[in-house]
Amino acid sequence: MSLEIILFIVLGVMGIASGFVTITSKNPVVSAMALVFHFFMLAGLYLNMHAQFMAVLQVLVYAGAIMVLVIFVIMLLNLGDEEKLKEKFSIRTFVAVLFGIVLLIQFVIIFLASSGSNVLKESNIGSVEMIGNELFTNYLFPFEAISLLLLAAIIGSVILAKRKVD
Amino acid sequence: MQESVPLNYYLILSAIFFVMGAVGVLTRRNAIIIFMSIEMMLNAVNLTFVSFSSYNSDPAGQMFVFFVMAVAAAEAAIGLAIVLALYRNQQTVYVDKVNLMKW
Repeated sequence: MSLEIILFIVLGVMGIASGFVTITSKNPVVSAMALVFHFFMLAGLYLNMHAQFMAVLQVLVYAGAIMVLVIFVIMLLNLGDEEKLKEKFSIRTFVAVLFGIVLLIQFVIIFLASSGSNVLKESNIGSVEMIGNELFTNYLFPFEAISLLLLAAIIGSVILAKRKVD
Repeated sequence: MQESVPLNYYLILSAIFFVMGAVGVLTRRNAIIIFMSIEMMLNAVNLTFVSFSSYNSDPAGQMFVFFVMAVAAAEAAIGLAIVLALYRNQQTVYVDKVNLMKW
């Protein structure tokens, strides 16, 4: 077994485990921390596929920026455990898990039927140089459009979150 | 030539991540945890994009991941602002308790 396969198994199992903790933990802070761990595992999987820039972005944007924001909001709202509202719990969970199993079976059937190339070629398409080259030539218009979207999001979140000033 | 992980394995792993996120959205009642489950689903799709991109030597997939990340960052800011506004008006973040439009 090559190092790549061992890394894939370790990262995959730990990613599944941390994702499971995220969706089952009663405490939102534990949930958020497990999700940070999940994002690190995904960054490792990206590195395993020679997508270095995406791995760095994953850690910076998701594990860094977005999760800090989420944890900040959890702290700000001072949320307790989710124990108090347990009614109507079982039927909803049952239906959701059933839905999940059916969805997973469909995905697996589709993905096993697809025949792509199974060999990871040595290439440098994940490097910063290639990504930057693509971004500022072929994808320049979406790049500029996304900056407008981010500006709109900044203004929108400030307006939504601010208190009413009389 | 060292043996590498087949593409299907990455796709199935991302399917598992996606399904976990979907089940999280359906079962949890805390708006912030629902929000985190949505982030998990976005990441599962990102993993699919990156694996196709790497195995087909096509940078388009990684470009899409870049844009998905930017949209997810915008979505995080707006979504958490909505949760804050919800908490300020209803004193709860449990979506079962937010039933103003239910009759």
